[in-house]
Amino acid sequence: MEPLLAYPDPLPPNVAMALDNAGYPWKSVSNTESVDSHEPEDGWSGAAIWAIDDPEGAFSLCRELRKRDMPLRPLLLMVSPEQLRELELREDLFDDFCVSPMQAGELEARLQHLFWRTGRGLRPELVEYGPLALNLETYQAVLNGKPMDLTFMEYELLKFLVSHPGKVFTRETLLSRVWGYEYFGGARTVDVHVRRLRAKLGEENAHLIDTVRSVGYRFGETRWGR
Amino acid sequence: MENHNEYVLRTVEERGIRFVQLWFTDVLGVAKCFNITPAELENALEEGMTFDGSAIDGFSRVQESDVLAKPDAKTFQILPWRTSGASTARVFCDITNLDGTPFEGCPRQALKRAMGKARERGFTFFAAPELEYFYFDSADPTKTPKPLDSGSYFEMRSNGLSAKLHEQSVLTLEDMGIPVEYAQHEDAPGQHEIDLRYTDGLTMADSVMTARQIVKEIAFEHGAYASFMPKPLEGVQGSGMHTHFSLFEGEANAFSDPGDPFGLSKVAKGFIAGVLRHAPELTAITNQWVNSYKRLVVGYEAPVYVSWSRNNRSALVRVPVPKMGRSDSTRIEYRAPDPACNPYLAFAVILAAGMKGIEESYELPDETTDNLFDLTPKDLHRLGIEPLPASLEGAVAAMAGSELIAETLGDHVFEWFIRNKRAESRDYRAQVTQFELDRYLGQL
Repeated sequence: MEPLLAYPDPLPPNVAMALDNAGYPWKSVSNTESVDSHEPEDGWSGAAIWAIDDPEGAFSLCRELRKRDMPLRPLLLMVSPEQLRELELREDLFDDFCVSPMQAGELEARLQHLFWRTGRGLRPELVEYGPLALNLETYQAVLNGKPMDLTFMEYELLKFLVSHPGKVFTRETLLSRVWGYEYFGGARTVDVHVRRLRAKLGEENAHLIDTVRSVGYRFGETRWGR
Repeated sequence: MENHNEYVLRTVEERGIRFVQLWFTDVLGVAKCFNITPAELENALEEGMTFDGSAIDGFSRVQESDVLAKPDAKTFQILPWRTSGASTARVFCDITNLDGTPFEGCPRQALKRAMGKARERGFTFFAAPELEYFYFDSADPTKTPKPLDSGSYFEMRSNGLSAKLHEQSVLTLEDMGIPVEYAQHEDAPGQHEIDLRYTDGLTMADSVMTARQIVKEIAFEHGAYASFMPKPLEGVQGSGMHTHFSLFEGEANAFSDPGDPFGLSKVAKGFIAGVLRHAPELTAITNQWVNSYKRLVVGYEAPVYVSWSRNNRSALVRVPVPKMGRSDSTRIEYRAPDPACNPYLAFAVILAAGMKGIEESYELPDETTDNLFDLTPKDLHRLGIEPLPASLEGAVAAMAGSELIAETLGDHVFEWFIRNKRAESRDYRAQVTQFELDRYLGQL
């Protein structure tokens, strides 16, 4: 995925951290000029604009981005509660906004939704980790180049885990994100599926899904090693 | 559901699947299947496949014989072995009426109903069976079956055909995403055991069907025969399907209470009491053949009396003591079922009996610590210990009077089953056996 355009430079640390945690690559720019000079080869994938410290600069940047031959979308604006009124008559400048202070995960959820809505899959078609590769387009998973025979839920669980390596998830989180709660088994279902996946990953790769005692599961290694 | 179907269709296309087997189960637990081609699959997933149910045991009805097989896309799985050289996948089906309502003869739906009821009360139901079976040289009924090996319990054998077949079955199960907990050689010659790791009851009943299929298929490929018959050989241990059951409430094991001297919660005690009280009524389902009752006799590791215990393997219900600090694994083991039962119906009636015990707060009888096989009839009477039905006839009689079983199975299955089993007992009773000739002909 190409980086997101972020404004201003430097980006407030909490926004930078939220983008990092959500797994979005980004580059921050300080003015309209550097939008072009910093632009990645395949174009910006979207923009996250922090309008709280310098509203004038932020809004004029938005205007510039929308005036391009190919208006930049999606564009997410971050404002303070007092700025909500300033959004009036500027609806064309952004696709969605969040109000700071933001809830944990709000930025990620909004971006994800925006990317989904603009039809540009935020998710790459191919997710890879070590010996594993998942083709999200065809629903196929391969291990060391050999196709895996998975059931739908095993595939969905593996996809979720491979897309979020190094993170620890509770059973409840996995159940709600992967199964959506409409399942017979309850939280223990997760254990059952993890075991089935480990069986299919085979002995030498079963460790990819790590049990984190009394918390849940983690796929792959943490950023700081294990 | 959309996604499930899409997943199945894409996988069939990407992996070059030539046939999809639609699996379902008749009322007696016999696996049935028909093959469809990928071209028919989309329609099958969306609308189901119509077929004539009148030839299937327990499916026949007076008015309408056509039913629909509706694939449960969640169970779609590529088979690790190839049928006639072409890649094949299988998917379990629910049987419905033509208007899409659940068909009253479908065992899978009976278990779904029972689990749905438990879920309304906040419980999810888990099962882990231990499947025992024999490898024989052939299935020819005119000869005494000859076991493939002469090994015994936990024997370590690195060579020999039966060890190889067993190992391959376990590996194939793992490939199919059915994890195996223990796999060992059992007590009798040619006898083996495969213990499946717990899953929710429905998935487990599907897994039991798959496991029986795989074990038989792999034996067949090697010119041998695997049998789940409860008591194929006289004088040695029969094959059981001891099954461990537990209920969970969310992440918590609802059977566990670390404060209780037995480590058992009120829910667990109610469940055990329910299973014990209704055991005679549900035995016809867990042990459904004339031959099943040749296994349930004194002197082998099979239960004969209705009792519970923590360590006594002659009891009907055993409560294994969880490992230190693993109260999560608190469960009960019901030791009567044999591997020739219909797992959907067996799990459904055991769950229903347990739930009844919980709902009506049945009192848990005292634990039996004695070896029941050493007790005299007088002792048993004094302790209030009832026997399990000793024959199919007796079991069907106990079932016929059971409101609980009728409600759990639904009238259609309940009535058909009783008719079918009465006929089986009658046919059996009408035989003159070698035993009688040996004993009576020269004397009387």
